[in-house]
Amino acid sequence: MSLLAEMNQKALNLGLPLSVHLDVTYRCNERCVHCYLDHDDHGEMTTAEIVNVLEQLADAGVFFISLSGGEVFMRRDFFEIVERARQLLFNVKVKTNGVMIHEKEAAKLRQLGVEQIQISVYSHRPEVHDAITKLPGSLKRTVRAIRFLKSQGLKVSIANVLMAGNFSDQQGVITLARELGVAYTLDPTITPKMDGDTSTLALRIPASDLKQIFHNQELVGNVEEFCAPPPAPGEDIMDGYPCSAGHTACYISPYGDVFPCVQFPLPSGNVRRQKFLDIWRHSPQLNEVRSIRARDLPTCSTCAHVGTCTRCPGLAYMEGNMRGPSSADCEKSFQRTGIPSANMLRRTGAGYAGPLIQIQALANSSPDMLLQNEDSRLTA
Amino acid sequence: MAEKYIARSKAIAARMLGGEMMVMSAADSTFFTLNDVASAIWQAADGRTPLSEIVAGKICQEFDVDRERAQRGADRFVEELSQHGILLVSDQPLAESSPTLVSP
Repeated sequence: MSLLAEMNQKALNLGLPLSVHLDVTYRCNERCVHCYLDHDDHGEMTTAEIVNVLEQLADAGVFFISLSGGEVFMRRDFFEIVERARQLLFNVKVKTNGVMIHEKEAAKLRQLGVEQIQISVYSHRPEVHDAITKLPGSLKRTVRAIRFLKSQGLKVSIANVLMAGNFSDQQGVITLARELGVAYTLDPTITPKMDGDTSTLALRIPASDLKQIFHNQELVGNVEEFCAPPPAPGEDIMDGYPCSAGHTACYISPYGDVFPCVQFPLPSGNVRRQKFLDIWRHSPQLNEVRSIRARDLPTCSTCAHVGTCTRCPGLAYMEGNMRGPSSADCEKSFQRTGIPSANMLRRTGAGYAGPLIQIQALANSSPDMLLQNEDSRLTA
Repeated sequence: MAEKYIARSKAIAARMLGGEMMVMSAADSTFFTLNDVASAIWQAADGRTPLSEIVAGKICQEFDVDRERAQRGADRFVEELSQHGILLVSDQPLAESSPTLVSP
């Protein structure tokens, strides 16, 4: 077990939050075709409110903080937020499209001691990348930002969201990442929009392309091992929990809403009205999420993949039941191993046409579903 | 032998977790956990107090350990963390270091 895994286990045992994903804004200078957000500002937290939240998170024991959006640099006070986060000794990761990063901003990020910058790149070709972001010239500006950040010695990774429209450029982005000397992460997860609009799901890559990804040695390492049939689950698997959401991690929106994860839009409290630790310790929603073990999942507990599946409880929740299957992850398990999931077999038997995706609306707040499925992304 | 002064670098992330200090270098992402003795040295690394004084006045008294052994351990600890830029070491007093941590 790595030192970080040990710390995660310790935080889990102590009931402490180790990581928080904080979106500082939903405003953005790009209009990506697959984005799930409403980019209007419905009253995001002020600088003072965010600083107060950061102080509460430090007191609660949070070590890792991801600052994301929207586009973080749409906030004029972004560096003020980062500076306070670093004064509080958080490990800070920033997610951005990089368009507004020049030499000065890169130097400031370095000076503040940001640990990592994750930048979205959809293609190595401007005509494809810019068509996805709907911002002409965006690839050029993003790549320029990566060079500025690298010249400062910062750790940068490219996040490549894969859709049908850019799937064939995946190798080109890997090559670009290599040329730039940065890490590469791909994610084939596309979620519905925050208002429940499921039109973005049509952008998902077809299942056959998923299979190609899972059998790409460059991405997964040992293909035989990665795609092996799942072993029979032991008691430890059945007593296990699915991911860190609500256990050692959570998500806070620009409006102060707290959710188990950025991809799990279950409203669990609001830091404008409650203390963070009160929400973390006493929210009935978070406590319900924490109570669920693999053996409690009606369909998944009977599935051969239960011990190896990347089942996302947030995606399951968006399908209507946090204890239910996440169809996107069923498909991943199937394409990886060739063995259908219990959910797929059940659907076939019942002539099921597809999942109904429904997002619970929030008053004056915005459930956010980030593209990355933290437990299922692949890196090269 | 010249006196050593130690200060916590500002280019680190750190938090107490259940009595253990987690420290990560922002420069090279090296991750450490510090036991209670190491945490005590870390907390006392204000850039102004000589290491020998930290060992004699804090470590030996709080942890009931003889001075020679404590000094050897402290020297090793300081050397390792300074190699990763987590502790700054000088033979002169250092400027202000990172703020002291709160424990959850």
